[in-house]
Amino acid sequence: MDAAATAIRPKLQVRGLNFFYGNFLALKSVSVDIPEKQVTAFIGPSGCGKSTLLRTFNRMFALYPDQRAEGEVLMDGENLLTSKQDVSLIRARIGMVFQKPTPFPMSIYDNIAFGVRLHERMTRAQMDDRVEGALRKAAIWDEVKDKLGQSGTSLSGGQQQRLCIARAIAVRPEVLLLDEPTSALDPISTARIEELIHDLKNDFTIVIVTHNMQQAARVSDYTAYMYIGELIEFGETDTLFIKPKHKHTEEYITGRFG
Amino acid sequence: MSRVIRANSPLYLSRKRRNAAVLAASATALALGLFWLAWILGTLLVEGGSALMRISLFTQMTPPPGSDGGLLNAIAGSVAMAGTGTLLGTPVGILAGTYLAEYGRRGWLASGTRFLNDVLLSAPSIVIGLFVYTIYVKQVGHFSGFAGSLALGLIVVPVVVRTTDDMLKLVPDTLREAAAALGCPAWKIITSVTYRAARAGILTGILLAVARISGETAPLLFTALNNQFWSANMNAPMANLPMVVFQFAMSPYEDWHRLAWGGAALITLAVLALNIIARSLFAKRA
Amino acid sequence: MSSVIVPADASIDKPSLADVSRGALPPQRGVSGAPWADAAFRHLTRFFALLVFGILAAILISLVYGSALSLKAFGFGFLVSGDWDPVKQEFGALVPIVGTLTTSAIAMAIGVPVSFGIAIFLTELSPVWLKRPLGTAIELLAAIPSIIYGMWGLFILAPLLQSYVQPLLIGTLGRVPGIGRLFEGPPMGIGMFTAGIILSIMVIPFITAVMRDVFELVPEMLKESAYALGSTTWEVMWNVVLPYTKVGVIGGIMLGLGRALGETMAVTFVIGNAHQLALSLMAPGNSIASALANEFTEAVGDLYYAALIELGLILFLITTIVLALAKFLLVRLTRLEGERT
Repeated sequence: MDAAATAIRPKLQVRGLNFFYGNFLALKSVSVDIPEKQVTAFIGPSGCGKSTLLRTFNRMFALYPDQRAEGEVLMDGENLLTSKQDVSLIRARIGMVFQKPTPFPMSIYDNIAFGVRLHERMTRAQMDDRVEGALRKAAIWDEVKDKLGQSGTSLSGGQQQRLCIARAIAVRPEVLLLDEPTSALDPISTARIEELIHDLKNDFTIVIVTHNMQQAARVSDYTAYMYIGELIEFGETDTLFIKPKHKHTEEYITGRFG
Repeated sequence: MSRVIRANSPLYLSRKRRNAAVLAASATALALGLFWLAWILGTLLVEGGSALMRISLFTQMTPPPGSDGGLLNAIAGSVAMAGTGTLLGTPVGILAGTYLAEYGRRGWLASGTRFLNDVLLSAPSIVIGLFVYTIYVKQVGHFSGFAGSLALGLIVVPVVVRTTDDMLKLVPDTLREAAAALGCPAWKIITSVTYRAARAGILTGILLAVARISGETAPLLFTALNNQFWSANMNAPMANLPMVVFQFAMSPYEDWHRLAWGGAALITLAVLALNIIARSLFAKRA
Repeated sequence: MSSVIVPADASIDKPSLADVSRGALPPQRGVSGAPWADAAFRHLTRFFALLVFGILAAILISLVYGSALSLKAFGFGFLVSGDWDPVKQEFGALVPIVGTLTTSAIAMAIGVPVSFGIAIFLTELSPVWLKRPLGTAIELLAAIPSIIYGMWGLFILAPLLQSYVQPLLIGTLGRVPGIGRLFEGPPMGIGMFTAGIILSIMVIPFITAVMRDVFELVPEMLKESAYALGSTTWEVMWNVVLPYTKVGVIGGIMLGLGRALGETMAVTFVIGNAHQLALSLMAPGNSIASALANEFTEAVGDLYYAALIELGLILFLITTIVLALAKFLLVRLTRLEGERT
């Protein structure tokens, strides 16, 4: 278990996190620092807890009564798990994109505006700007600028996922969580989104969970390897993939098990 | 690029308030629904309970106005008509449901029948009574217990069609294929294997249909009418609980009111009991 | 003892003569019963399936036939005439139709929001262990026979409304210009308002059941996406769940409407059986079903009967259209769902 010291300031700090599904202990005393404005990837075989960990950051588990977390998840020093702040405000600061594209049943414009309207009051002109800005940043503006009134579900799979990314960043979060964002997409769409991630890290701290090691190697600056609820190793991506410190990490990376 | 959202911004507060208000309203709606349920059942218990305690309810016939009596002929009539109606409607329902599940997975006849069956299921029962009146009662010239059974049977049919169709569809195809592999002809697969596998579910459907017709009044209004005396003649007007309750409740007599409550409580007990038995039967198999 | 010819490519367990005489062989193709048995069974079940079509058609035809006299005598004017005079043999359906529509409208106005509230509770707010018992309890409301609702309405609810609620409404809303006309008149306890309230209780379990079923079709991930942006529970319901399921929700509402339109006994007890057209909801009135229930067995004369049957025909047509529409919408939602997943 490593809590690596990074030269870059940590945005999120996890300390001794335990997570329970009912009585089952899914995360075992996990500690890790997520560096600011970098891309951190979590890899590991199915069931290792990487998605579970991601979902503690924005308290998504709070929707389900038999799931609970103990320990600390600090953002800028404040523990998100015990914070008195309303969870919907926390979620405005930490955005999430899911495994399958989930456009809302409304127009493309309204999909983007939905999140913004929750937290800010704007004139129509300001909202137009915000929507366009988000769609541009998600590299989809040119494809949808003439059909903003059409339903979000009328787009292709890859486009829908970029729409969801635009929706998440329109709210201007500090952190962006990506839970296997390309697992349901074709290779071309996947490549476009990986390009996008590279641009987005200028503005957001990005944490990505992926079951595809090569993707982690392509997009991330830092990688964490997890196995059955424990953090085995954390380090700069290049170092971890070329010279992993732990034998277990090496075995996973070289495909001894999957 | 981060921005701290103030927790006391007016937008946030109004959202919080709206959410809380809606959730409170939702809990209130639930409480309201449960309250009505408890109130109605409680009323039945209180008013009808005392009437049910008297054994004369079960031993004497319906009395003329102003005097005391029981509900024996009405109970017997209801049981007879519900039983006959079920006997008439169940085979029709099962066979039609069998067609839908076994032969009609695709095709216009099956989907059309399912559609119309569901419409029939929710059709006003008074219209069913009018129908039987027009084609049967008017033709033979008099009301009868048999006409009442006919009307009830017509209500049983769509219920049994629907449940038989659903239950037979639940039987896995592997079972049918195993029987076919032994050389079993198609019709025998259905009767020996599929029916047996879906037995509990089909029975549940029949019980639910019986529960449904036990509480029905409207179809009997123009078919069975009512009978103040004991009669075992299905070809003549027949006493039945719902109509007795209707007549006695709308009257100005105290004695009759009491009997009406007793009858109402009896009907409800029967319907609830049948529902509970049907559900537990189904749960056991599942 | 008969001899058996075993085909040359006999299966592994060669039947012995002893097996044959015992009759212990499994049925072999073409040997069991008769070869026409399959076709016969199929035709038998097909016949009964067609019977369902037949029943509906027969109902329609018999109602038209039975109301022929009235159709000829009054034509379309029947629908808009407020007359109902058995002595002068003048009949019109306006009062019962208005009564049916009014009581159903009240029932939906109260029932739909309450059902929505209960459905929200059952899907989003209720702890998991409570969901099934609560759902069952609400379904019990549907199992209670309508005559019980009628009795309860007449003996318990009506006096209460007469003593407390109606005077309150008449005193407050009745004074407001405009809609005040809806709340005028002496508090009688019975009437269209009472009938509407009872109907609303009766339709709630149906609408709630459909709403709950369609709400549960919404993919978790979609709801989580909205929560992840910082939405409250209500915002997720209103902006995501409801638009996603709107076809099904409308179908459920129409199902409830279909039941309200056709309900007989509960309405008959409390509507007051008055053939008058009044603007006030507090007044007694008549619905098609209650008019039939009250007057059919007392009717004298062929025209009277025909008029009543024509009322039945109108009711049958209205409810069939509403229910068919409801069913169509619900089928569409499940098909859309199937295509999405």
